[in-house]
Amino acid sequence: MPNRGDKTLGRFALGRLVNSIPLVLGVIVVNFLLVSFAPGDPVTALIGDFPAPPEYVERVREQFGLDQPVHERLVRYVVNVARGDLGFSFANRLPVLDLVLERLGRTLVLMIVTVTFATTVGVALGVMAARKPHSAADAAATGIALAGYSIPVFWLGQILVIVFAVWLGLFPAGGMRSVRVTYTGLAALLDRARHMVLPMFALSFRYIAITTRLTRSSLLEVMNSDYILAARARGISERRVLWEHGLRAAALPIITVIGYSFAFIVAGSALVETVFGWPGVGRLMYDSIFTRDYPVMLGILLVVSLSVIVVNLLTDIAYALFDPRVRY
Amino acid sequence: MSPAELQSKTAHPVLAIENLVTEIRSVRGLIRPVDGVSMSFPAGKIVGVVGESGSGKSMTAFSIMQLFPTSAARVAGGRVLLGETDLIGRSPEQMRAIRGSRIGMIFQDPTSFLNPVLTIGRQIEQQLEAHRWTGGPPAGDRGQSYANRVSELLTSVGLPRDVSTRYPHQLSGGQCQRVGIASALACDPDLIIADEPTTALDVTIQAQILRLMMRLQRERAVALMLITHDLGVVAEVCDYVYVMYAGRIVEEGDVRSLFAAPQHPYTRALMSGVLSLTGTGNIGFAVPGSVPDLAAPPSGCRFHPRCPHAMPRCSQEAPPLFDRPSGRSACWLHDEATP
Ligand SMILES: Nc1ncnc2c1ncn2[C@@H]1O[C@H](COP(=O)(O)OP(=O)(O)OP(=O)(O)O)[C@@H](O)[C@H]1O
Ligand code: SF4
Ligand SMILES: [Mg+2]
Repeated sequence: MPNRGDKTLGRFALGRLVNSIPLVLGVIVVNFLLVSFAPGDPVTALIGDFPAPPEYVERVREQFGLDQPVHERLVRYVVNVARGDLGFSFANRLPVLDLVLERLGRTLVLMIVTVTFATTVGVALGVMAARKPHSAADAAATGIALAGYSIPVFWLGQILVIVFAVWLGLFPAGGMRSVRVTYTGLAALLDRARHMVLPMFALSFRYIAITTRLTRSSLLEVMNSDYILAARARGISERRVLWEHGLRAAALPIITVIGYSFAFIVAGSALVETVFGWPGVGRLMYDSIFTRDYPVMLGILLVVSLSVIVVNLLTDIAYALFDPRVRY
Repeated sequence: MSPAELQSKTAHPVLAIENLVTEIRSVRGLIRPVDGVSMSFPAGKIVGVVGESGSGKSMTAFSIMQLFPTSAARVAGGRVLLGETDLIGRSPEQMRAIRGSRIGMIFQDPTSFLNPVLTIGRQIEQQLEAHRWTGGPPAGDRGQSYANRVSELLTSVGLPRDVSTRYPHQLSGGQCQRVGIASALACDPDLIIADEPTTALDVTIQAQILRLMMRLQRERAVALMLITHDLGVVAEVCDYVYVMYAGRIVEEGDVRSLFAAPQHPYTRALMSGVLSLTGTGNIGFAVPGSVPDLAAPPSGCRFHPRCPHAMPRCSQEAPPLFDRPSGRSACWLHDEATP
């Protein structure tokens, strides 16, 4: 990160947010145009396949403002968004903002659990591998990472359902909670946790792979550096050299990659939520594409873009806190 | 320390190496960057080690510590005597306890030898913790006494106390090297190994750092192994010097007599280099030819391919170190039997 003089972290964060306004505006416009020119007609999707009188179709079209030219609709949309109004969902009969925020919460829960789990496992595997390069432990960690890279999330999700839900019956096949029994308190929490295991695992696998590989290479490089040699020459114990000197320095690239691959997890969550019927924003996106629910699609794209920007900013802040050399 | 105490402390070497052999497994086969080297480091003395790049100076230093920059290296023979005890064959934990406490090390590039994400104070405190340092006033809790010790050390190397809360990138190269010296001194070592401690610094800073090291070394009567490329520095500050060539010692001796009458053709070639660069005394090495490939070292005297006095015998038998008035020199020219 370039030297930015001696501003405070808060001002740096604010500046970054202000700077991202044009980006967000661009995202809105591009998304709007993409969706407008995409094939398929929301009105047909809404009405269904049975024949409807043309006057009725025309009335629906007018009702949703779809009879007006694209540029007018775009301007109106941008103004509405600026006022916090993301429109109304044709299919769900709900304001888009409420709908997206509710679903986003569920996705975030899944993602936070996934990232925590995957980072812990990935860092542990990476350290195990880097400690004794080319050992059996290293080969095992590298093998797991390779599998994580090459197995498609969608396929992994289905295999998990077949093995752990259908054959072994250990975990539910989908959904976010049991529908037939109503649990309360701790039991309800456990019920949700049980529902989360399989989707979390499916979503984690690639992330574990990325974190393992990165921790391994980053740590190996750091452990070969002069200051590690110097720490050893000072009589610092191997345990401390690894955890306090090595991993602290190796954490920088790990933080960056974890933060910046957030966007990929969001994409992955769309697949996983579809497979597991997890009622999050990914599942909503999937459904809204089928129903040509344009305001919802646009709303999701906007909210997801915003969250990627925020997460990247948080990543930079975390990096700055970890690396004393960074100046804002 | 009284002169008498100093005298008694200087009588025995605090550390000596005997016939040390170090091997590195490399893609081009097994190499021996240190091949039967013996040195001795008396308390209160500065012992210089000179030689061209690749002659094995740093590897000798790392062998004393049994700590190498590459896992392919290991000590394969000889002894490292710290006082009466041989360090070769000690357990890793026993060696760890000696590094940074009985033997301190100062490196060439001070900025890259400090961890960029830890404060200066933290890095020295860790060292005190690692050795459960108990010097200084007996009273008080340990954490506090560590912090005091850090301040004391920083002050002794001429740095303000608040340097302890700074990070390496906030200091200059010279300041970082002062931190390196403070760390080497932290647990009152018997020997300090300084591997080209001023090479990476600005010329104007070099003399300051050297003077500081000398002052602290004299005050504490600690032995100092000073690895350097700079014959001028050797002449100026060292008591004794070893000249290394291709993993072996070719000449050693008391600095004054050795500089007055160098014995070995290699040493003489180096000295004549000094003379040709009047004044500065700072030369790169200018012996024509280049250091031999250690994967396939020359037979006999390793200097023979470059030696103006080479005889048939030189390529057949390696010369031992012959006693000379100034010290010892490994050259067949000194052998009475040589025709
Ligand atoms: N990491 C390494 N891997 C393989 N061989 C090495 C390594 N480091 C050193 N060597 C070998 O050891 C020999 C001695 O190296 P050493 O670093 O001790 O030389 P030096 O005298 O300190 O030179 P310089 O003046 O450049 O510091 C080199 O010639 C090289 O062949
Ligand atoms: S032994 Fe022979 S080759 Fe070696 S330095 Fe002496 S004269 Fe030269
Ligand atoms: Mg060296």
